[in-house]
This record gives sequence, structure tokens and C-alpha cells, in this order.
Amino acid sequence: MVVLVCAVVRPWGLPEAVFAVPAAAVVIATGAISLDHTAEEAARLGPVIGFLAAVLVLAQLCDDEGLFQACGAWMARTAAGRPRRLLGQVFVVASLITAVLSLDATVVLLTPVVFATAARLGARAKPHVYACTHLSNTASLLLPVSNLTNLLAFAASGLSFTRFAALMALPWVVAIGIEYLVFRRFFAVDLEAGAQAPASAGPPELPLFALVTVAGTLVGFVVTSAVGIDPAWAAFAGALVLAVRALIRRRTTPAALARAVGLPFLAFVLALGIVVRAVVDNGLDDALGQLVPDGTGLPALLGIAALAAVLANVINNLPAVLVLLPLTAQAGPGAVLAVLLGVNIGPNLTYAGSLATLLWRKIVHEHDTDVELGEFTRLGLYTVPAALICSVVALWGALELIGT
Amino acid sequence: MAVIVWIVEGTWPACVDAARSRVPEGSEIVLLHVTGHESPGAAHGAFAGLLGRGHPERDPGTRMEQLAADSARELLETAADRLGRDCARVERSGRVEREVVAAADGADLLILARDGDRSHLGPRSLGPASRFVVDHAPCPVLLVWPETAPGLSSIPAPPPHPPHHH
Repeated sequence: MVVLVCAVVRPWGLPEAVFAVPAAAVVIATGAISLDHTAEEAARLGPVIGFLAAVLVLAQLCDDEGLFQACGAWMARTAAGRPRRLLGQVFVVASLITAVLSLDATVVLLTPVVFATAARLGARAKPHVYACTHLSNTASLLLPVSNLTNLLAFAASGLSFTRFAALMALPWVVAIGIEYLVFRRFFAVDLEAGAQAPASAGPPELPLFALVTVAGTLVGFVVTSAVGIDPAWAAFAGALVLAVRALIRRRTTPAALARAVGLPFLAFVLALGIVVRAVVDNGLDDALGQLVPDGTGLPALLGIAALAAVLANVINNLPAVLVLLPLTAQAGPGAVLAVLLGVNIGPNLTYAGSLATLLWRKIVHEHDTDVELGEFTRLGLYTVPAALICSVVALWGALELIGT
Repeated sequence: MAVIVWIVEGTWPACVDAARSRVPEGSEIVLLHVTGHESPGAAHGAFAGLLGRGHPERDPGTRMEQLAADSARELLETAADRLGRDCARVERSGRVEREVVAAADGADLLILARDGDRSHLGPRSLGPASRFVVDHAPCPVLLVWPETAPGLSSIPAPPPHPPHHH
């Protein structure tokens, strides 16, 4: 609990790891978690964290290569002053970027580009920016690399990379489709207001090298999982190729690369994993275990996804997935994927991803520029339950069709 | 005479044109743009939802606040060019509708465009923001259609006669 509070509050602006790592040391030292379980947790999280680091670096290097700027230029040119068409393009770009380069890339790197693009067209930015924030969650269902929650579940599910993607493809499409329909209606007035076609610039310069590397990495995921190698190596290779090129061309520095890896974040994930495991070992499993539905029929999957969505909205989806994975892993991959639907789609319901974060921001007035909560929540109420239910049905269908 | 022209993305040209053709020469014209907080706010929220990432300097919302200020300046510049007269430019930020009402205090005229459903004549042609401004404006208001107004036939037929009460 204290670790979570510190992660949300970030006293004195210190990185979250400053509190999480000592807390992990304390639970190990006091025997709240056995050494066996600690080793098991570290062995489980180690490769996940390596995978995560590779994807974070890959996204940052794609940004350095100008991939996101090129996306913005392409959207501005082809939207031709029509906000509705721009929304469609934002949906396509944000969904693909989130799926391949993870939700961090969409939130940190793509959203400002989309905002600037809308401003350049004189279009109202709100629908497009909200689409980015929603899709960073909803569109992160497809691949294990799309979201840290997926990487954790992927490790726990025992599925291969391709099977994970095959099972999640239909829920991914369904959830994005529902978001699109709701956005078109919800923001109909804003999308109706005209915009100007930009002064015609030539076609944007495509960062071909970055695109080919990313495509190669995707192929690498498929190949590695087919021959039984950890797909993290494919991500590592992709990041390595771009890093070497960027270093040779002096577009980046070793220090910038180290920053992109986000060591404090990785340490935080490992420590949070150990602390949560200690909490689960000390009684949370019995308490929550009664709430987790058994089986992998449609009603059970719906129940699991709903529970995961509620938990993600109360604390945050990262601890939520860490808590729920040990409780659902024995029920099979279907249950684990249902947890993912809940923790990935659910956070769109609350501004800032969880009530805990929201409360804290209210207390400190961290930014005086917060959104109108009523509107944000209304949008969440229109999208989340519908997207969640339909994507669970889609997952159930995919499980019946493809099997695990 | 002091005239405020509310400049909104997408619908502003009609307001500038109305100011050009209807406001007497020599009047004081103010082009007003208000930047809402929603977009940077949504980005702040999304970043805060990424637990454990630290690095507040990577918060995309902060970058977007800067971008919003730049684009507001450019929009007002374009609008001033179209007006082609001496005018003042005012940028505000906050709750859009309330800032507009506050800025219109003491003005002789406020010019704004309908920002709702423009396919029918009727109350829905005002979106929530312009509805608030029209309802609360502390000065006379000139409300223009962004494009040609829809015809009278877009008004729904009147309801049948109410039953007579005996």
C-alpha cells in the first residue's frame, strides 16, 4: 500500500523506484515473501523487464528518426482539411503505434504530434487528442509488446507470441471499432466545424530505415516464437540496429540511450512485482480468490474482465495485473487474456487511469489545466462497458475458434 | 464602439467577415481567442496513468501547452490578416465559455458563430460553449452562421393542434 501511495504521490519528485526498491528489500528481509518466491518472481520479471527496455528504446529511436513527425505530416496532408477524416487517420496511426511500439510511445511521443497537426489544420484538437489517450489503452490489446501489462500476462500465460496476437486480434479490432463509433457521435459537433487544408507541402520524407527496422522486428517476433526463442531478442535486435545507426550518425548519445531505457522504471517494476507477490502470499489470494470466477466459459470471462477493470480503476492497472495474474494463471490462457481486456480497456473510465491517481491530483492541484471531469467520464461510460463486453465476447469466440 | 470578435477554430472566418462588413470604420475591434485546458489536461492525465515512469519532463501535456499557445498566436494572426483593419488581439486560457463572457464585459458588441448542428435552423445549431455565451453575454450579441444558413424548410413542422380543453 505504501509503495503504491508513494508511486502515485512521488514525494519530493523522486522516482518511484526510490520507495519501491527499499520496500521490496523490507518484505524480503522480514520474510513476508519467501526467498523461493522472490527468486521465482525475479526470474519471471527479469526477461519481461529486458523486453520492455528494448521496446522503450526502439520507440525513442523511431522518434529520433522522425517517424512520429512523418506521421503528423502524412495526417495533415491526407486529411485535406476534413476533421472527420483526420479522426480516422488518428485512429489508424494511434492503433498501430500503440500495438507495435507500446502505449508509452502513443502517450509521450504521438499525442503532441497529433495535437500540433490538428492545430496546424485549424481543427478542434479535443476529439483527436482524446482519441490518442483512449487508444493508448484500448489499442494496447494486440501484441505482448503493446503494454507492460501484456508482457507480464504473456509471461504468465505460456502462449507463444503469434498465438497471443491471433487470440487478441479480434478483441482488438472490436474494441477500437466501438471507440470509433462512440467518438464519431460524441464529438459530432467538433468534427463538423471546418478546417483548412494546409499549404500544400510535398509528400513527407518517410523515415524508411526506421520503418523497415520496425517491420523486421515484427517479423522477428513471429520467427523467434516459431523456433522457440524468447521474442525479446527480436526487440533487442531491432533496438540495437537503430541504436548503432543513430550513434554512428551522432543523432543520439549513449547517455540519451541509457535515459530511454528508463532504469528507475525497470527497477520499480521489479520491486513492485516482489511487493505485490508478498501481499498476495499473505492473504490477498484467499480474499480475492473468492471473487475471481472459475472456468473459462463466457460468463466467467466476463466476470474476470469486469473484476480486472474495477481493480485497475481503483488502484492502477499495473498493480492490478500483478495481483490478478497469480489468481487466474491456473485457469488457463483464456482467463489471463480476459484479465488483460479488463486492465487495458478499463482505465479509460477514470481520468489519469485510476481513482488513486485522480484523488491525489485533486488534492495537490498538480496542474491547473485539468480536463472537465464530467465530460471525460461521460465519454468513458459510453466506451468502456460496451468495448469491454464486446471484446470479451470476441475473445471467447477467438478461444473457441483458435483454441489455446 | 468596442467590438469583441470571438475566434474559434473552424468557424472563425464568418465572424471576421461579419466584423468587416457590419462594424463601422473607426470602431475598436478586439480579436479574442480562448485556449481550453482539455487537450493538455487529457495528456497530463494519460501520462499520470503510466505508473512508475517518473520523468515529469517527459509529460506530453507540458509540451502541448506550449504548442497551444503558439497555434493560438498563429490563428489570431491569420484572422487579423483576413480582417485587414487595425485590431487588438487577446489570448486567454481557461474555461472557454466563461472566459469569453468575462472578456465581453463592457463591450458594445460580441460577434460569434454558431458551433452546433448547422444542417437545421433551431436551438441545436448552438453547441454547449456558444449556448452558454449567448445565454450569459453581458452585452449585445451578433450571432452568425459559419456558412450559408439552412433554409426555412429545415424547421420541423409544427406539432398538431393541442386538444381543446373544455
